[in-house]
Amino acid sequence: MNSEKIFKYLLASSGILIVLIAVGIVATLFVGSIPSFKEYGFGFIFSSDWNPTEGRESYGALPFIIGTLMTSILALLITFPFAFSISLFLGEYFKHGKLPSFLRSVIDLLAGIPSVVYGLWGFYALRPLISELGINAQGFGIFTSSIVLAIMIIPYASSLGSEVISMVPGSLKEAAYSLGATRFEVVRNVIIPNAGSGIFAGYILALGRAIGETMAVTMLIGNSNKIPAGIFDLGNTMASLIANQFGEAEGLKYTSLVEIGLILFIITGIVNLLGKLIMKKLSA
Amino acid sequence: MESTILAEMPITKTNKKLNVIQNSIEHIDSPVLKIDDLSVSYGGDKYSIRNVSAGIARNKITAIMGPSGCGKSTLLRAVNRMHELYPNTHNKGAVYLGDENIYKLNPIQLRRKIGMVFQRPNPFPTMSIYDNVIAGFNLNGIKLKRPEKDEIVERSLREVGLWDEVKDALHNRGTFLSGGQQQRLCIARALAYTPEIILLDEPTSALDPIATAKIEDLLVKLKKDFTIVLVTHNMSQAARISDYSMFMYLGELVEYGKTKQMFTMPKDNRTEEYLTGKIG
Repeated sequence: MNSEKIFKYLLASSGILIVLIAVGIVATLFVGSIPSFKEYGFGFIFSSDWNPTEGRESYGALPFIIGTLMTSILALLITFPFAFSISLFLGEYFKHGKLPSFLRSVIDLLAGIPSVVYGLWGFYALRPLISELGINAQGFGIFTSSIVLAIMIIPYASSLGSEVISMVPGSLKEAAYSLGATRFEVVRNVIIPNAGSGIFAGYILALGRAIGETMAVTMLIGNSNKIPAGIFDLGNTMASLIANQFGEAEGLKYTSLVEIGLILFIITGIVNLLGKLIMKKLSA
Repeated sequence: MESTILAEMPITKTNKKLNVIQNSIEHIDSPVLKIDDLSVSYGGDKYSIRNVSAGIARNKITAIMGPSGCGKSTLLRAVNRMHELYPNTHNKGAVYLGDENIYKLNPIQLRRKIGMVFQRPNPFPTMSIYDNVIAGFNLNGIKLKRPEKDEIVERSLREVGLWDEVKDALHNRGTFLSGGQQQRLCIARALAYTPEIILLDEPTSALDPIATAKIEDLLVKLKKDFTIVLVTHNMSQAARISDYSMFMYLGELVEYGKTKQMFTMPKDNRTEEYLTGKIG
């Protein structure tokens, strides 16, 4: 066998290996969830019980599904005005120069900070502030987590946006200017309609990140197993529940955690797929 | 390459002298637009057009010809100040629309009086045909009643001969039209405002011969109501439809006169060389 062939097989086998690993992970999730699914059926998704007391064990995913959606959607809402402004700034107003490239590196830096560091910052800097403001006694909760999440997802929400904004054809902008449009009118009537679906896709992908984010949220959300009463209440997300409880879990609790993992996987899968579909439609 | 270097020569005394001769080339009675010793730079003291003076005749088609890089597009864009979209532009001289120096006007207001059509058809892809035609009003936040809008859309589309072709598809996207139809839509969009002057920057260079012929017929028809200034590097197009022609070379207005006169008896030998294909 010549080296050409060996190389080809090497490439092919590493590609196949990745697929096998992915299939393996999904299979593990499915197989691991079977006992829990047999016990609770689809009711698992709608039950708000999380009771590990022996003899009266009962598990349901609803508080965590709600907690996850609340934190990530709230984070997206908080991030939107900032990410959108950054996209416009870097994509249209100041594409070149020192300040934009400095801003770009700072945003890239945000994406590189480890999640646990965000958690620490949230714990020691943001939490006391929230507590001081009287929003929440200890400063923990959905709101605190969402603020930190919002900062974490800014790079994801803004980078795709600035890219599609900068790709809006100059000829369309010229057409609008030639009709007497101001820059703001060009942004509103030409750039946003033309880049809108790309900007939106960026937010969907950022939402996917926020949904799966674990460490920073675990440190700040308060880890209550009840359905949160509001955005200032304590709560728990699927990811942080798993991170908190998998170590001591066995039996029904273990399989319930795996099923929550499966649900988390499906939700992030759908969100990412949605984002990719929009992007594909955009480039077609 | 050489020509661009020459085109960006700083203004010198000899250039100025040349211009005095140019100014006397053609006298236009009561021009709608008067370009007065205009020089435009995209930065520094290199000028892309230098000391251009010319009057533009009302309700006529004026063609601006010349080889690539001669400054014809720059001259056109300086008339509605579109060249200012590039950073660091500056200019000397003036352009008068009526009695007003356009460089003293608000560019937004100015562009509503001087419409523009570009090289490639550029209808707004996110808007319907209908919305494209009234885009000028929508963009500027001018609120019109539905019947007024309908009237403007129909009038503008009729003027460009597109009405019968698209009247049943007004609310479809304009991007489904053919290239020639798209370009006529863009002309309709520029006409909707009833500007005094319409500037066209090589409007047929991306079109096939049949679509080109349609646009040319249209322009000849439109000059009844509008003053048309057309940049073209297609000499036969200029000969076919324009009343007056300018020949630009290396940033200078070399010759300006009645099209027939220029094509039969050019006064400057650079014009003759261009028309006979020796330069350009």
